[in-house]
Amino acid sequence: MDKAFIQRRRRDLILAAFLAAIAAAVPFFVKDVYVQNIMVLTLMYAALSQSWNILSGYCGQISLGHALYFGLGAYTTAILFTKFGVLPWFGMLAGGLISAVIAMALGYPCFRLGGHYFVIATIVIAEITLLLFQNWDFAGAALGIDIPVRRDSWLTFQFTRSKLPYFYFALALACVAWFVTWWLEDSKWGYWWRAVKDNPLAAESLGVDVFNSKMGAAAVSAFLVAIGGSFYAQFVSYIDPESVMGFQFSLLMALPAVLGGIGTLWGPMLGAVILIPLTELTRSYIGGSGRGVDLIVYGGLIIAISLARPQGLVSLFSRKPKPAAQPAREAVAS
Amino acid sequence: MTAETIIQSLASGLLMGLLYGLIAVGLALIFGLMDVVNFAHGEFLMIAMYATFFLFAYFALDPLLSAPIVAAGLFVFGAVVYLLIVRFAVRAKANTGMVQIFSTFGLAVLMRGVAQYFFTPDYRSIPHSYLGGKTISIAGIYLPQPQLVGALIAIAAFAGLYFFIHRTDFGRALEATREDAGAVALVGIDKNKVFALGWGLGAALVGLAGAVMAIFFYVFPDVGASFATIAYVTVALGGFGSVFGAFAGGIVVGLVEAMTTLILPPSLKTVGIYGVYLLVVFVRPRGLFGSI
Repeated sequence: MDKAFIQRRRRDLILAAFLAAIAAAVPFFVKDVYVQNIMVLTLMYAALSQSWNILSGYCGQISLGHALYFGLGAYTTAILFTKFGVLPWFGMLAGGLISAVIAMALGYPCFRLGGHYFVIATIVIAEITLLLFQNWDFAGAALGIDIPVRRDSWLTFQFTRSKLPYFYFALALACVAWFVTWWLEDSKWGYWWRAVKDNPLAAESLGVDVFNSKMGAAAVSAFLVAIGGSFYAQFVSYIDPESVMGFQFSLLMALPAVLGGIGTLWGPMLGAVILIPLTELTRSYIGGSGRGVDLIVYGGLIIAISLARPQGLVSLFSRKPKPAAQPAREAVAS
Repeated sequence: MTAETIIQSLASGLLMGLLYGLIAVGLALIFGLMDVVNFAHGEFLMIAMYATFFLFAYFALDPLLSAPIVAAGLFVFGAVVYLLIVRFAVRAKANTGMVQIFSTFGLAVLMRGVAQYFFTPDYRSIPHSYLGGKTISIAGIYLPQPQLVGALIAIAAFAGLYFFIHRTDFGRALEATREDAGAVALVGIDKNKVFALGWGLGAALVGLAGAVMAIFFYVFPDVGASFATIAYVTVALGGFGSVFGAFAGGIVVGLVEAMTTLILPPSLKTVGIYGVYLLVVFVRPRGLFGSI
């Protein structure tokens, strides 16, 4: 194994631990509830985008329908809690497992589709599920579910007086999503996924199980996104189909990774830290007086970054240029 | 449910389907030309509808008269979008597929924001136009005139497009570039010019559709989103890039939508369209008329 590679991975791990420690200390200095709220959302979207990145970035199967799993996580927790009295922690696990199973069930027919047919299928499936939930009376139909607030407790994962517990959970979730990515990056799966993304035919001919590696990526990705959805349901304590399964969530999961660097370890984190506060701030400062300004900022940013930095902003931090092309030319020359 | 109501809804489904085809054909044309899906296609429709609305509001121009003006305006807009954004997106050195999706997607978000900022999120409609609200009865079947004329315009546009692609020099250049953009450069055709004209033509077609839609549909900043999803489904059903496929796909979508509303509550009417899309691509992964 390449020594520099092992060193880089160790450096990534240390850096992550360092950043997590700093993040954990921030609430001691920042007491403003509005800012804390933005921090919770930033960490949540970082976790979601990191999870989205596993299927769409590493494995190259671009999904614009991940709101489906976010919504399933939120709804499973909320339904189990309000109708059956099941604690959110079990609901979270159930939501994750249900989403992973559904992701594989949907993956079975969908992973045969190529390119744009796949992307459109993901949009369409999320949209169908949204419409079905809007007409499903047991789950509150279009009105959604109001999660009754009992009392502040870790048992029911409800806190009305402080944002801090949510902050630490979101931080933990982001760390888990990052660590899972870090761990998978150097596993058999990680190599398979990148091979599938770069050239599925070549990968297949070299003995990579293309279909099953897509299924694996979908399951892990959906599981983590559903946990995020469960968390969100507890955080806002009121959900309806449009607010947890709407297309904007699929988009908001993809954008941080796209801006930061798709298929990279740090891209989603970096993207979320820039994008989410920017969105929230433009929305509250100019959003009130000039409608649509947040969208203008947003859209302009997406165009600018995807044209100017297709590798994502994370490429600004890599010191050396890509070494891939160099040795090949030398080999030909000698 | 009588035979009459079934025929009635199939007839209006057919008219709507031809309009869906007209909305979608620009998307198919651009995809066929350069393998790029324009994710701002719905927003092209949206600005065409706004243009029609404002031409009516300020110059009292009937949508039927403003349709050619709107189409010409959209032609310029489409070409400019290619020259300013898409031209650079297809040249991206890394993540090319992703860059194509998200650069046009960013454009969609930007256009929606601009529309909200300048036109407010209010729903607007053209209160009285030459065709608005009129129906015609053919053999006992009532057909709304705006949709009927829209369907006729769609058929004419498809016929014109067919003639254009197969009988004119520019059409032949378009076909040749679609076949092999590299070889085309060797015979002295400027690839960029052809692509820009292709984007202009695609946008002009959706502009035409927007002018017709504005007669009987509300105009608001998000209006493109719902029609865009239908347009993607239409194009995918027909097999990406096939102009004839978009025409046939539109008819299928219109008929399926009409039949769904007979069976399911109105809030679920798009479920039928989406369901048929999934059914078709699961059986034929490249759409109904796509080459395997």
